[in-house]
Amino acid sequence: MKKNEYIILVEHLTKKFGNLTAVDDISFNVKKAEIFAFLGPNGAGKSTTIKMLTTLLTPNSGTILIDGHNPVTEQDAVRHSFGIVFQDASLDDELTALENLQFHGILYNIPADVRRTRIEELLKFVELWDRRNNLVKTFSGGMKRRLEIARGLLHHPKIFFLDEPTLGLDPQTRNHIWSYIQNLNSRENITVFFTTHYMEEADKVAGQVAVIDHGKIVARGTPGALKKKTKSASLEDAFLSLTGHEIREEEATGRDHMRMGHGMWGGRR
Amino acid sequence: MNTIYILWLRQLKRYFRSKSRIIGSLGQPLLFLVALGFGLGPVFQQAGAGNYLQFLVPGVIAMSIIFTALFSGVEVIWDKQFGFLKETLVAPVSRLHIMIGRTLGGATVAVIQGLIVLTLALLTGFRPVSLNLLPLAFVFMFLIALLFTALGTAIASVLEDMQGFQLIMNFLVMPLFFLSGAIFPLQKGVPSLLLSVASLDPLSYGVDGLRDTLSGISHFGLHVDFLVLSLITALLLVIGSYVFSKIQI
Repeated sequence: MKKNEYIILVEHLTKKFGNLTAVDDISFNVKKAEIFAFLGPNGAGKSTTIKMLTTLLTPNSGTILIDGHNPVTEQDAVRHSFGIVFQDASLDDELTALENLQFHGILYNIPADVRRTRIEELLKFVELWDRRNNLVKTFSGGMKRRLEIARGLLHHPKIFFLDEPTLGLDPQTRNHIWSYIQNLNSRENITVFFTTHYMEEADKVAGQVAVIDHGKIVARGTPGALKKKTKSASLEDAFLSLTGHEIREEEATGRDHMRMGHGMWGGRR
Repeated sequence: MNTIYILWLRQLKRYFRSKSRIIGSLGQPLLFLVALGFGLGPVFQQAGAGNYLQFLVPGVIAMSIIFTALFSGVEVIWDKQFGFLKETLVAPVSRLHIMIGRTLGGATVAVIQGLIVLTLALLTGFRPVSLNLLPLAFVFMFLIALLFTALGTAIASVLEDMQGFQLIMNFLVMPLFFLSGAIFPLQKGVPSLLLSVASLDPLSYGVDGLRDTLSGISHFGLHVDFLVLSLITALLLVIGSYVFSKIQI
């Protein structure tokens, strides 16, 4: 097994929050240009893992290599190598679509002329060019997600992380978004690492799947292999037979409180 | 440098786009000018303390600056909860630059708000004591703005959500303002405990410096004002940058 054939290498990764072990000694690899689905119930450790891969959290132990760089010691190299679409919108609603992309381009130090052409190209690609001068707060959920995809690609990353990119979108928009991503993957050879709760999406687009539960990877392989292993008809059945039927409770976070009290503050965002 | 500039620009764009926020935040200073300035003016005059409006205006300008500045700082909570902060934190730029850009932006916005209040005050009859001292007054306005944006950023970096915000307004910002000598003179006759508290309040020095340069009235003296205010601002910038760099999301 050649190491440089993998763009994401994870070995014995562990993250603890107090007594809770969110990610418990996991190891996996993702090949270059692969579409990789990272599946698991709520609170299984998906987001924590993505945060560690993308330099937002420091692991307690274990090693990560992203395109040959360590996210703990070579943050900037790692940050240049990936683009990300977060689970929650991370656009500035008070700025226009164009301004959000310009902001990103400046943060990633893309020269002005390159920035201009790429922004136009990407906004056309996600079909938002006509709306470029509209404030993001006037956008629908699907439009915001498409803009975030455009933004995540602006600095030409080698890896594209998508944390539940289709959450809360209608089937039309979801199909649209996956066709962009598949198109991108085959055209640019970009590696795609995504999470989702829609198993049929993972079944359809992912080449490789890993299932994480209680901080441990319980299965991995192609969607077909997982179905075969669990003798299931669909990936959803395979997922349920791997992780059980019990409903997972996640603790409410500050964000949930904010959402509830949002209107109180004049709904500024 | 680019990072600092773009974050500064973002704060300004956000400010100019929320017209309701600009107008809304002028209500309170205007009330202070009219109700206190005109209402208490005659009593103040009779007590032989001079023109109350001349005395009060620098305090009201300081008030609008600290509220705007603190609010800009506290916006970090929104950015934290509604995601935009993540976009900046996964970018290949240093957190110190992000913090500096935001803080400069927030402070600039607060100074603009202060200038609007100054303009309103001119309309109500306030007259600066000397035009030559105006640039110095701007320096004080900027220092107050920086101090409180940094304070807001520091608070927002450790707070999880807006629940604690009201607590901070009532138990930190209001006392800092009301005990600062912004609305009453720190002179003989004021209980000595109140005077000592006021001399521990960093805003007292900001208000005093602003009052010295705008109205020619001073309690601590301009040099002391400048020295104390710059030191505390520098300290808060360091603390703010540190806690901001420790944010985990």
